[in-house]
Amino acid sequence: MSIVVNQLTKLYGSQKAVDGISFQAQKGKITGFLGPNGAGKSTTMKIATGYLPLSGGTVEVGGIDVVTSPLKVKKVTGYLPEHNPLYLDMYVKEYLSFIAAAYGLKNHRSKVASMIALCGLKVEQKKKIRALSKGYRQRVGLAQALIHDPEVLILDEPTSGLDPNQLVEIRKVIKEASQDKTVIFSTHIMQEVEALCDKVVIINKGKIVADSDVSALKSLGGNGTSYRVTFEEEIKEDLFESVGLMVNLVEMNHYSISSEEDPRKLIMKVVTDHALPLVSIMKEEQSLEGVFQTLTKEQ
Amino acid sequence: MITILKKEINEFLDSLIAYVVIGIFLMGIGLIMWVFPETNVLDYGYVSMDVLFSYAPFVFMFLVPAITMKSFAEEKRNGTIELLYTLPFKETDIILGKFFGGLLLVLFSILPTLIYYFSLSYLGNPPGNIDTAGIIGSYIGLVLLASVFTSVGILVSALTGNQIVSFILAAFLCFLLFFGFDSLANINVWSSGSSFIRSIGVMVHYEVMSKGLIDLRDVVYFLSASALLLYLTKLTLKIQRGE
Repeated sequence: MSIVVNQLTKLYGSQKAVDGISFQAQKGKITGFLGPNGAGKSTTMKIATGYLPLSGGTVEVGGIDVVTSPLKVKKVTGYLPEHNPLYLDMYVKEYLSFIAAAYGLKNHRSKVASMIALCGLKVEQKKKIRALSKGYRQRVGLAQALIHDPEVLILDEPTSGLDPNQLVEIRKVIKEASQDKTVIFSTHIMQEVEALCDKVVIINKGKIVADSDVSALKSLGGNGTSYRVTFEEEIKEDLFESVGLMVNLVEMNHYSISSEEDPRKLIMKVVTDHALPLVSIMKEEQSLEGVFQTLTKEQ
Repeated sequence: MITILKKEINEFLDSLIAYVVIGIFLMGIGLIMWVFPETNVLDYGYVSMDVLFSYAPFVFMFLVPAITMKSFAEEKRNGTIELLYTLPFKETDIILGKFFGGLLLVLFSILPTLIYYFSLSYLGNPPGNIDTAGIIGSYIGLVLLASVFTSVGILVSALTGNQIVSFILAAFLCFLLFFGFDSLANINVWSSGSSFIRSIGVMVHYEVMSKGLIDLRDVVYFLSASALLLYLTKLTLKIQRGE
């Protein structure tokens, strides 16, 4: 069951929050949905879950139109909204039972019990949600989104505000739960995209600026080739600049040397000509952060 | 709808507000009915529950908004309205669930006043000398009044994201709906239109029913007023979501 967004537009008054975007999220893949704050990520997700009406275009979940059959879409979709709204005065079990009843599930108790086990809530299951830490509340939110075994999972910044341990745990739960599902996942953490996502869609100012696999995306941001060169001691940067290479001091004795074409021959020539004390030379990978910054600044 | 209704009732009974509100309501009505010298039924000398039914609208003006003030305002403040809308509920189910939840809580609050009926029946001379049919009719009027006030409370709660504002505004609107049209009709400028203006207000319809007289026109009035207010709630929520 895939999600197909086609020429989606959302207007708030005269302001275009989402401006004719189109993309697909395939079954069995986790699609990372990235973009700066206010880019239109949450708006797109809210439209896909039937919470907000759209101004133009279409959104289909498993071939079902969100506008014409919102209830059908809601039944097959699990959604964890940004800021994870919860009924704080309910007990964990009570809350999950309410959600199970909302989806019309017949075997409430077993579903609630299996979600509590999957999301690691056993210790906290008899507490009120108000008494839980942020990490556990996030788990309750995930359990809520997963309880009806949805074919489509839409997670809006599920890991924001968590400490590193909680982050790893929540990622593990998402990874476990998302097999054979279509998952759209928004985040600001690039390591998370590399760890979890198969595909990335980047949105900026309401428009799509990238839509590709993670590996393909990394190559998008690079202009030319760059090498990390390490010396035993400080060197004069103009030795490399005089032969047309670009040099940046990254940290003490570590330099990033790049050019439009492969710079290795020129680097070795300068090193041998001036007998520089070379320690290592290594190709630099373009980081996703760099790609993200490049793509979202250019627009 | 039943799922929402259950949630509303559980949530309300889980909070301290419920017990404070219901307790104050019952104490207030009890004092008026049995203790205060001007109104108590013991000094009155007749087996009648008129005092309860004539003072109930005043107490309802505070009781009902206190019960309904949370319904949508709290959901909006906590962001859980987004959760409700993305679960497979129809908008009408959400509104009706909250409405019937509120109404049931009001009915639950007035349930203990049935003890007054049995007490008065026992105090009658001879015991049991009480107008049971009239009292049943009056209770039906009270339930219908509660239904209109609950709809007002739900609408106002949908309009605002603040419980206190919701309470004050709903109490004021209930007051206006009950007395406003009657007072307006009393201004000596309407000539023949005054009875029409009076009939828009709740008071004239409730007064008939509180005497135990069930007129189909009054029943239709109460039911259509509730339906209209709930429809306005739906429109309000739709506009707020940008539909």
